[in-house]
Amino acid sequence: MTARAETSARRSDPAPGMVEKRGSALWLTHVAMILGVLVVFFPIWLAFVASTVSQPEIARPPMPLLPGDRFLENYQKALFSGVNVPVAVMLFNSLVMATGIAVGKIVISILSAFAIVYFRFPARSLFFWLIFLTLMLPVEVRIVPTYEVVARFGMLNTYGGLIFPLIASATATFLFRQFFLTIPDELAEAARVDGAGPMRFFWDIVLPMSRTNIAALFVILFIYGWNQYLWPLLVTTDPAMNTIVMGLKQMFPSGDDIADWPVIMATSILAMIPPVIVVISMQKLFIRGLVDSEK
Amino acid sequence: MATVDLIDVKKRFGPAEVIRGISVAIENGEFIVIVGPSGCGKSTLLRMVAGLESVSDGEVRIDGARMNEKEPMDRDIAMVFQNYALYPHMTVRQNMGYSLKISGIPKADIARKVAQAADLLQLSDYLDRKPRQLSGGQRQRVAMGRAIVRQPKLFLFDEPLSNLDAKLRVQMRLEIRELQSKLGVTSLYVTHDQVEAMTMADRMIVMNGGVAEQIGTPLDVYERPETLFAAQFIGSPAMNVIEATTGNGQAVLANGAALTAPAAQAGPVTLGLRPEHLALDPDGPLVLEVSFAEPLGPNTLLHGRLAGSADAFTASLPGVHRLSQGRGQVRLNARPGDLHFFDPQTGRRLA
Repeated sequence: MTARAETSARRSDPAPGMVEKRGSALWLTHVAMILGVLVVFFPIWLAFVASTVSQPEIARPPMPLLPGDRFLENYQKALFSGVNVPVAVMLFNSLVMATGIAVGKIVISILSAFAIVYFRFPARSLFFWLIFLTLMLPVEVRIVPTYEVVARFGMLNTYGGLIFPLIASATATFLFRQFFLTIPDELAEAARVDGAGPMRFFWDIVLPMSRTNIAALFVILFIYGWNQYLWPLLVTTDPAMNTIVMGLKQMFPSGDDIADWPVIMATSILAMIPPVIVVISMQKLFIRGLVDSEK
Repeated sequence: MATVDLIDVKKRFGPAEVIRGISVAIENGEFIVIVGPSGCGKSTLLRMVAGLESVSDGEVRIDGARMNEKEPMDRDIAMVFQNYALYPHMTVRQNMGYSLKISGIPKADIARKVAQAADLLQLSDYLDRKPRQLSGGQRQRVAMGRAIVRQPKLFLFDEPLSNLDAKLRVQMRLEIRELQSKLGVTSLYVTHDQVEAMTMADRMIVMNGGVAEQIGTPLDVYERPETLFAAQFIGSPAMNVIEATTGNGQAVLANGAALTAPAAQAGPVTLGLRPEHLALDPDGPLVLEVSFAEPLGPNTLLHGRLAGSADAFTASLPGVHRLSQGRGQVRLNARPGDLHFFDPQTGRRLA
């Protein structure tokens, strides 16, 4: 979020030849943008502040607006002991699950899109539309039968159980299909004449050309996987297998327990960090993948 | 280097017959141009030789061996595509060496062959660039380079110059031809441009509607077109075509004008007259009412109608002619030997 605001601020620097933006207009746009950033950023700031103070300070209104001195203490507590289970464990679980889902989805969907676009087999378009139809079914609709299947495979409380049911992706298949359709046929023909078999063509030509698309999808799917809530809640009963997003919810007090808000807030901040790192580190590729494809 | 034989080759897409039986024997080292308007099946024919399209009927042979069922890679051919089809993520070097890499040739050999081809095509300075950093002409050369590094038996060109601007096209035309004769590789070249066909071909196949209208050397086709289609397709501006009746050593047009004709002809004919074979003649039988003139420098094109006729007619006269406002009347004549006669029904050449 902040990174994006930064870029747009940089863009509005008056460049020679661009539309004149001087004086009050320039100031106004900047004020509006800064206000927008503040509005968006404020809750995150509050969460950060809350994660650096002590429990009584939060409970006593008004809430502090400046960081306190408990930063190390709170984060240490969150990471290594947590409320039910150390946050470090949940972070690791989430990381495995999100990466597994993103990589798995990309591998499966790029292969199926490749098959659908480049191979002629009976009922090819039927298969495509079958895959496409599953788009209409969100996880929640098929959650009961999926749970049944996972349970019978003995995959409750395993990474496999967390990852596999979420791995098939019509959206990604569809996106890759659309991208492959824009690759000129001559390229496939040139590869055939050059002597490349189908899988060779896939490795040497299709995969490198899809690089930016893969990066964009990885970012989207990683965040999708990271933010899964309902499914991990169902298949993990062992706290050691909790993912961070559901674990965070479970830290909330039920009944008469007292919430350890500083630790919960520290956990929230920690939960945000990996997706932010993924987005920022892949930002360049990600934007290129959304805007244009290398052709 | 190889011979190629097409034996009554046909191609059907469902019920539609796109190639209706083409037979031609191509000699070792020959440069064959397949020329025709768009949709005539010329690219399909080339792709059948390449193995990118299946052959519905008939046989494609390379060096006498049946190729119908062989994959493109097993035919020992190289193809240059209209849009070049360079791999966008590979450098020029990788593009050119890709086929060699696949066939498992040692790296040192690949490097040597690529360097050789690049040298031949003046691409040595660009080997580490990506295709998108190259101009159209350079991309075209890379596509050529990709074809020649493999030293194939057969080059196939699918309208390779149509994405270039006019000047570059002339230059690349010469380069391709020069390269081909240097390497001596049998080549099939598809184009819709009759100038390319005329200038590059050892022999050309003039195609229309899935049929080979004529197969012959460029000058053969120009001087003795077998069909009305070939006559009008080859030559620029296109041949004038007029209905006429022949007899007694004369060809009489509908408007009454009489041209001297070889005595052998008799009966109704379709008469073909190339614009450049017409000459000014104060006593000439053809009266052209010029509606506009195009001065090209070396010659001048007069467009108009013959007096008493409604059909467009063009004459190309050598040198510069200044007609007042480009309008007026001129009298023209043609030598009997330059008259082409076609059967009005079938469009085939008479005598």
